[in-house]
Amino acid sequence: MTEYEHYEALVVGAGPGGAAAAATFANYGIETLVLERGVEAGSKNVSGGLIYAEESAPYTIDDLFPGFREEAAERPITTYRIHNIAGSKVESFDLTRLHEHDTEWSDAVLRRKMDSWLAERVHERTRETGGGLLTDVHVNGLLREDGKIVGVTTDELDPITADVIVAADGVNSELARDAGLMDWDEPEEWFQGVKAVVDMPADVIADRFDVGEDEGAAHLFSGDLFSGVRGGGFLYTNRESLSLGTVFHLDSLVAERAEPHELLDAMLTHPLLGQWLDEDYVEVEYSAKLVPDSKKVALREPHFGRLMVVGDAAGQMQAQGPIIKGMNHAVSAGALAAEAYAQAKSRNSPEDAGTLYAKKLKREGVMQKLRPQGYELMRGITERDSVTDLVDGVLTSSVGRFGIRALSGQLERLYNTPALSSMIPDTRTPYVTLPTVIAEELGTKIRETNDVSPPDLEARIENLTYDTDIGNPHITLLDNSFEASGAAVSACPVSAVDFGGGCYREEFVRTNGSEERVVSLDTQPCVECGTCAVVADTEWTHPRGGKGVEFNQG
Amino acid sequence: MHTVVLTKGVPDFREGQVSFDEDGHLERGKTPTVMNPNDQFALEAALQTRVRHGGRVSVMSMGPPGYKEVLQEAMASVYADDLFLVSDREMAAADTWATAITLSAGIEKLGEPDIVFAGFKTADGETGHTGPQANWCLDMPLVTHVISLDVDEEEGILRAKRLVEGDIEEIETVETSLPAFVVTDPEFVPSYRSAGHRLTLKDLRKETKERAEHYEDHLTVWDHTDVNLDPDYIGLDGSPTIVSSVDPIPKAPAEREATMVDPDDSEAMDDVLEAMQSALAGDAAAAGGD
Ligand SMILES: Cc1cc2nc3c(=O)[nH]c(=O)nc-3n(C[C@H](O)[C@H](O)[C@H](O)COP(=O)(O)OP(=O)(O)OC[C@H]3O[C@@H](n4cnc5c(N)ncnc54)[C@H](O)[C@@H]3O)c2cc1C
Ligand SMILES: Cc1cc2nc3c(=O)[nH]c(=O)nc-3n(C[C@H](O)[C@H](O)[C@H](O)COP(=O)(O)OP(=O)(O)OC[C@H]3O[C@@H](n4cnc5c(N)ncnc54)[C@H](O)[C@@H]3O)c2cc1C
Ligand code: SF4
Repeated sequence: MTEYEHYEALVVGAGPGGAAAAATFANYGIETLVLERGVEAGSKNVSGGLIYAEESAPYTIDDLFPGFREEAAERPITTYRIHNIAGSKVESFDLTRLHEHDTEWSDAVLRRKMDSWLAERVHERTRETGGGLLTDVHVNGLLREDGKIVGVTTDELDPITADVIVAADGVNSELARDAGLMDWDEPEEWFQGVKAVVDMPADVIADRFDVGEDEGAAHLFSGDLFSGVRGGGFLYTNRESLSLGTVFHLDSLVAERAEPHELLDAMLTHPLLGQWLDEDYVEVEYSAKLVPDSKKVALREPHFGRLMVVGDAAGQMQAQGPIIKGMNHAVSAGALAAEAYAQAKSRNSPEDAGTLYAKKLKREGVMQKLRPQGYELMRGITERDSVTDLVDGVLTSSVGRFGIRALSGQLERLYNTPALSSMIPDTRTPYVTLPTVIAEELGTKIRETNDVSPPDLEARIENLTYDTDIGNPHITLLDNSFEASGAAVSACPVSAVDFGGGCYREEFVRTNGSEERVVSLDTQPCVECGTCAVVADTEWTHPRGGKGVEFNQG
Repeated sequence: MHTVVLTKGVPDFREGQVSFDEDGHLERGKTPTVMNPNDQFALEAALQTRVRHGGRVSVMSMGPPGYKEVLQEAMASVYADDLFLVSDREMAAADTWATAITLSAGIEKLGEPDIVFAGFKTADGETGHTGPQANWCLDMPLVTHVISLDVDEEEGILRAKRLVEGDIEEIETVETSLPAFVVTDPEFVPSYRSAGHRLTLKDLRKETKERAEHYEDHLTVWDHTDVNLDPDYIGLDGSPTIVSSVDPIPKAPAEREATMVDPDDSEAMDDVLEAMQSALAGDAAAAGGD
């Protein structure tokens, strides 16, 4: 047997899940090595993002990292509204009650700042127990001996073995795929998030959002402004910037052949946004990433041998209606996995860590949030096309419209019901039809003008920081026929039909007199969102450590 | 392992930093002095040895008192445990030979280091003589143009990949006993394939940055008596070479005579073709061709 470098615990990925796992291992005095592919933790990460500290959660980020809110977060969110939009008619509901349900606090965050702050603490703490955190290391697979997982292989280092491995490597987890726990085949299982960070001085934020120094606002947008694609938009206030973005079901995006950046622009330029944005619109960063839908992909047994999978890598991303909760669950899961290992080890059966971790996820109520029973029960009925058509038909009919008007006093309360929001069927009804009808029947016309002209895709790409791994593309097209991979031309957030400067391009090649429709790929402008791993026929990996895109905001 | 790195201060030739007078002479007073960029690779090689084998890295320079900051830069930007400046008036105006004598005396005073590292050429003198000449005095095995390095402490040997004739197309691997003298090539890349090494590297980088803030606590200044050198053999007196004159390279004329030709004007294009042909024929004649 080869002698490899060995650590007791190995954590792959330094997002919230990895940070929580590593800090918890260190609290138990366990020697822990953390490997992160970015030049700095956070440089690869994107979230909306509001991080929640749930009252019912077994662990919260500030439990594990005192000082988090003061030093790593942006603003606490104190007002929360959802806007139902039909044309220029808008009906807004106050969602603060749903937002505050089971919430100890919730802060807006920017991931570069947050994750690098966490990583510094993680390094200090894991260093004390003989390990530490390394950046610029891309873990490219699992190391097996006699068919059993014993460690990892990387692009930059010799193989490393460990007694326990926590895969906290986010969505498109190469480790979960290698272990056979995840595949990237079904667009229905994923959302695509696209985001713009926009500069805004603190006094302007205070003025336009009517918030104090330690207050912040969240706004959600749904209705007919997104060309019928299922999903919605968000706006969150940071200290001196705004996070604006969209989250759409990937299958719907593909079906509508929608261009993600155009949907973002549809929101940015909507008259409703005119009260907050003006012609001085300065976009500091454009970014994108896939988001798993826990209702469909959260692993019930997120472990295999010595490997435990946490956070997005295990599909633990909850869309509670319009509220998105991924970071908080990654924290809970990371800490529970480390705790499970420490306890199993103290009972002299470290091999039971995985099973114990899965039990803890259930016992602590995390699994119930990720895979709500109500949804499982209702799904069989509500997600049938015939049912959707029927419900939409009724809603848009005069009867439905009458109902909406009759319910007008109750609607805000219904939107604020946690049990209902977790059961929302994954159809166009709640995302498109209902908000549109609400706005049409109850909404007021917006008179504001919106003078924003967002940068085009070329300018957005130009503004990003890349360290391209020349001659070593991280994505390979396996089938370049349009049928197999053409969806990526529009679904890739940095590509577009008729745009030559993106990753995916549509081309026609002549062979023996007949013309063939194919796609070509150039990974240089890639933002590593993961979309084409699902919608195109590719061999998909992340770039080598430190290479590729570098987000400064996230 | 004890390693010594030789480094020199040079004018900061980067745009915006360097300043020349009307005659094209460097204005030293107005140009900041920085660490010779190529010495970065010598320091990286020493740091790699420190990470893998422990011990200490001493960084040494011969030069005016202002080189203290150059030594600080070496400590802050890469790594140093301690700093040595060999400096006094007697050493002024040394050529590469006198510099080499002085440096080798300084190295000997440090004891018997396992490896001495020098950079490849400075940005101002550019001779590349100083390292090899210093080693001529020290009489150790010398490996130049080193691009990667591996030390076997137990066996007391050093294995290096080096560019043959300084050419990236041709690489050879050489092995030598320790102690040894190594001149690093600008193509040198340190290699850290173990997580443990990278963690140590991270610790050392942090330590050296903190140390550099009060670098004078780690700095020793020696004059010629400290290193036991006769003033006749150092500085101007010890320099066999004399720079007799320095000629500025004439500037290319800012404006040349130019004729604009419309590419669609075939008659005018014929003239261009003709002019090119006669120019080429002239070249061939000048080169002795027919
Ligand atoms: C647009 C958008 C909006 C969102 N809004 C919210 C929100 O408002 N609230 C919320 O809670 N969640 C939100 N999310 C989801 C949230 O970002 C994720 O659920 C969360 O980041 C998951 O944390 P994690 O630790 O599992 O993974 P990540 O945060 O993705 O971290 C994974 C880490 O692993 C590293 N890594 C990956 N592969 C490797 C490898 N092979 N080797 C080494 N390192 C590797 C990555 O660089 C990264 O640092 C949003 C997501 C998006 C895209
Ligand atoms: C003919 C001649 C006459 C000169 N006359 C004068 C003069 O009158 N006045 C004057 O100020 N200068 C003079 N110099 C410049 C001075 O001698 C050189 O700058 C110095 O000797 C280093 O040579 P170099 O710059 O070519 O370095 P190189 O030989 O190209 O340097 C190679 C490596 O040697 C090491 N090294 C070089 N110099 C030092 C140093 N001083 N301390 C520590 N390490 C070092 C570094 O690791 C460097 O990367 C003269 C140089 C020559 C060639
Ligand atoms: S090439 Fe693929 S991974 Fe990269 S940005 Fe486009 S869709 Fe995302």
